[in-house]
Amino acid sequence: MRDVAIIGIGIQKWGELWDRSLRDLWVEAALNAIKDSGVDHIDSMYVGCMAPGLFVGQEHLGSLLADYLGVTPIPATRVESACASGGMAVRSAFLEVASGVSDIVLASGVEKMTDVDGGGATYALATAADAEYEVFQGVTFPGLYAMVARDYMHRYGLTREQLAQVAVKNHDNGSLNPHAQYPMKITAETVMNSTMIADPLRLFDCSPITDGAAAAIVCPLDLAKKLSKQQPIKIAGIGAGTDRIALHDRKDLCEFRATVKAGEAAFKMAGVGPEDIDFCEVHDCFTIAELCVIEALGFFERGTAGKATAAGETARDGKMPINTSGGLKSKGHPVGATGLGQIHEIVTQLRGAAGDRQVKGVKRGMMQNMGGSGGSTVCHILEVV
Amino acid sequence: MAFVPSYWREIPQRYRYEGNKCTHHDQQYTFFPPRRVCDPWCDCKLDPCTIATTGKVLTYTVIHIPPTQFSDEAPYAIAICEMDDGARLTAQLADCPLDALKIGMPVRIEFRKIQRDGEAGVLMYGYKVVPA
Repeated sequence: MRDVAIIGIGIQKWGELWDRSLRDLWVEAALNAIKDSGVDHIDSMYVGCMAPGLFVGQEHLGSLLADYLGVTPIPATRVESACASGGMAVRSAFLEVASGVSDIVLASGVEKMTDVDGGGATYALATAADAEYEVFQGVTFPGLYAMVARDYMHRYGLTREQLAQVAVKNHDNGSLNPHAQYPMKITAETVMNSTMIADPLRLFDCSPITDGAAAAIVCPLDLAKKLSKQQPIKIAGIGAGTDRIALHDRKDLCEFRATVKAGEAAFKMAGVGPEDIDFCEVHDCFTIAELCVIEALGFFERGTAGKATAAGETARDGKMPINTSGGLKSKGHPVGATGLGQIHEIVTQLRGAAGDRQVKGVKRGMMQNMGGSGGSTVCHILEVV
Repeated sequence: MAFVPSYWREIPQRYRYEGNKCTHHDQQYTFFPPRRVCDPWCDCKLDPCTIATTGKVLTYTVIHIPPTQFSDEAPYAIAICEMDDGARLTAQLADCPLDALKIGMPVRIEFRKIQRDGEAGVLMYGYKVVPA
């Protein structure tokens, strides 16, 4: 298996982008990645996208997007794993390059979510849960994570204010990210006074509805210097896992076993442990998710992440910076693009190009991208070489 | 959105709470809904059963912003329940003041109307839980 590197990244400012279509958004991000890398062709491409059929009435994104990028007849495929689609597209690109099948592969993600109204978006997103035995009963995604939060609070004494600090910290980071959808600082009071969505989660515990795309160029590490002037960032470890799709079927509602599995596989492949990771981008689709996930990855003991967050341990200057980009909460959550957005942040930080939100001296970063209420997860560990 | 064929197919679970149990390796699981296998290599002996209709609340939420088809009902409570035989399910918790909801509270299954398929569509029935 060949070593694999990322030599180009592309994104745009995420938000409610009424004037641009799915294909516009995706082509813009893909062109930015190609330009960033300087490559003169691509051999193959993967598109992470959760539900284009429901959001914009379009399937067959491989053909559509290869066509609109002007790269037909290269192979192109959509990859779907709900909100982890983007991370899975990176995994597919990694495997194709590592195996020697292709040299230059475009890994990408996109979601166009504002062509439907709130009800339509809720319906599309709910398809990541068990349609027959969860959604039928009237539960929503905030509702599922609210039940995780309630269980966590009951077992570990997590306070409402500690939970709010996840959103406060992520908005603080996002305020320094030019690509963030909501780049404004907030206070714990903002979170705790916002509209109740699914008790105990309020509006500011939830990531937003977002239009956006992001992309990366992946190639063999030993060709990276020849193909691009960019500093190559090695994909040192990859991991993925699944869990029972219905939240109620998990023995421990606060243990995200797909993330445990994905993290362990990525650590093993990279030959490192959680203590060797300098910073991490995680899937904070809801504030409670960030706490459960940073425990599942081994950065914090079970039941301690809320206290650690309130003590500033996950801030940019803390001992384990989490979501320096602003996370899904502030940067936005165009579901299929989110994993690539995380890759964009890690590469930017490892290049030392993150400006005011740069964490000093980072050499190794990790991302964790999760589908549904934790039914699937993908992790990648990236390193400066 | 639900459709008549799938709703009809799910009647054994929604109306009669049918699950099944695997007795392999002395471990007893109650599956709800019933499954074909535990895993591809299990020497499964899956016996059909009706799940226990009493159990307790493991966790709950109150939905304030509902899906469109439940818009007239919010706020309403949803709970994850563990029944007395170990079966797990997600259901609305009805007939309980929202400030009286509690983790661990005993509940039982009741047959109720769940939703309707649009203005003129079929009424869909199934299970909710209520305080026991």
